[in-house]
Amino acid sequence: MTSNEIRDAIIEIINEILPDGDCAGVDPDKKLRDQLELDSMDFLDIVMELRKRYGVEIPEADYPKLATLNSCVEYLTPKMK
Amino acid sequence: MRNKERIVITGIGLTAPNGNNLEEFRHNLLSGVSGISNMEHRYIGTVHAGICKYDTLKYQNKKELRTSTRAGSISIYCAREAIADAGINLDPALASRTGVFIGTTEHGNVETENEVYNISKFNYDVKYWTHHHNPRSISNNPAGEVTINLGITGPHYCIGAACAAGNAGIIQGAQQLMLGEVDLAIAGGVSESIHTFGIFASFKSQGALAYNDDPTKASRPFDINRNGIVISEGGCLYTLERLSDAQKRGAKIYGEIAGWCINSDATNPVLPNTERQTDCIIKALNHAGIEKEDIDILNTHATSTKMGDIQECQAIRKAFEDSSRFPYINNTKGFIGHAMGAAGALELAGNLPAFVDGIIHPCKNVDELDPECEMPNMVLREPVKADVKYILNNSFGMLGINSALIIRSL
Repeated sequence: MTSNEIRDAIIEIINEILPDGDCAGVDPDKKLRDQLELDSMDFLDIVMELRKRYGVEIPEADYPKLATLNSCVEYLTPKMK
Repeated sequence: MRNKERIVITGIGLTAPNGNNLEEFRHNLLSGVSGISNMEHRYIGTVHAGICKYDTLKYQNKKELRTSTRAGSISIYCAREAIADAGINLDPALASRTGVFIGTTEHGNVETENEVYNISKFNYDVKYWTHHHNPRSISNNPAGEVTINLGITGPHYCIGAACAAGNAGIIQGAQQLMLGEVDLAIAGGVSESIHTFGIFASFKSQGALAYNDDPTKASRPFDINRNGIVISEGGCLYTLERLSDAQKRGAKIYGEIAGWCINSDATNPVLPNTERQTDCIIKALNHAGIEKEDIDILNTHATSTKMGDIQECQAIRKAFEDSSRFPYINNTKGFIGHAMGAAGALELAGNLPAFVDGIIHPCKNVDELDPECEMPNMVLREPVKADVKYILNNSFGMLGINSALIIRSL
């Protein structure tokens, strides 16, 4: 997958998990949880969806690397290529 | 009733396979409209079922629906509708004195089956098992979801009472009000059972799952050609208040909870016990302090199984054998199937308007009455006009639990 495809895949998952919203307008360098109505349970759902759809394993220690949209793409690119 | 506190129904919220509020439900019971259709189910294929079509996004957003349960969604819809119907302003002070008591036949099967199916696609690796499983499947889930949605900080729990659960939830609410534990009870029953294939498969293995070429004809209590149960989902929650509180705020009152009985067969997990059912009816009459002749409508539990229907009729005949006036007898399951944990509460709601309009809704699909189910005053095909002061609502369930609930018009 290209970086853009990975970004789209992440956005698609977040949009399914968000209450009613759309994360298209988020600042990719700011923390997702500061911009979106996402709680720690939602974060676990995102991790689970990445595991189910793309077979990506994210160790708990790496969760901070998923703080922003850009850091997600950066972290996941080698795993989802 | 021995206790001085009188408890009344002031609001009704419901979803049934043939109606999403009391007016619609009642209209369809009087017009012969069935709520039964076919659904496709994992493993078992096409089955007859009563599916509710309420607006799931009326009181919850998409995220809440995704993380919660169908039973919780039904409960929230019914609770919100009941409170709106009652005209209650649930401010924080009242919210802390409000209790939620919901009867369920079972809970957690849907969520467990879904997760097992989910991990089956991942070679049964449990790391694909959702972290939502525990809060979804715990026994208090439906009632707990209502408290979160409405900000209710009083007590909540579910009452596991098989198919007597709807009555049991109402009785629990009344008791909590009488004890002074709460000032408002949101009470009744719900069921999401059509979303678990196991319930269908178990009734099928037992030879108790209905089949008919026309799904709307499949549930037919008392008919000679009945061949089993149609499983349905649904919910009905009431707002219950002490009569004095209801009068103080000028509330609309649907009826008073006049008396009840819950007893146990103590004989068999599945097979009913006619003697204990008769006992249950008589004890409920005694509890209400009324005579057999006072009952105007008896809504039967009859689920459309061969033996179950006959045994309930035997129990009713015995209970009223020395009565100079037999109550009118009707049944709701021919319209909506067996709504399991919601059945008692829903079936009562369908009859409550009779206090006002004096119309008793008929049974459905009794083309040829089974002679073994024959009783005086059965309302089989057309509605009957009558003055209605008392309704007795039967609901029985597995493990030998029987309930009879009596409501009085005020």
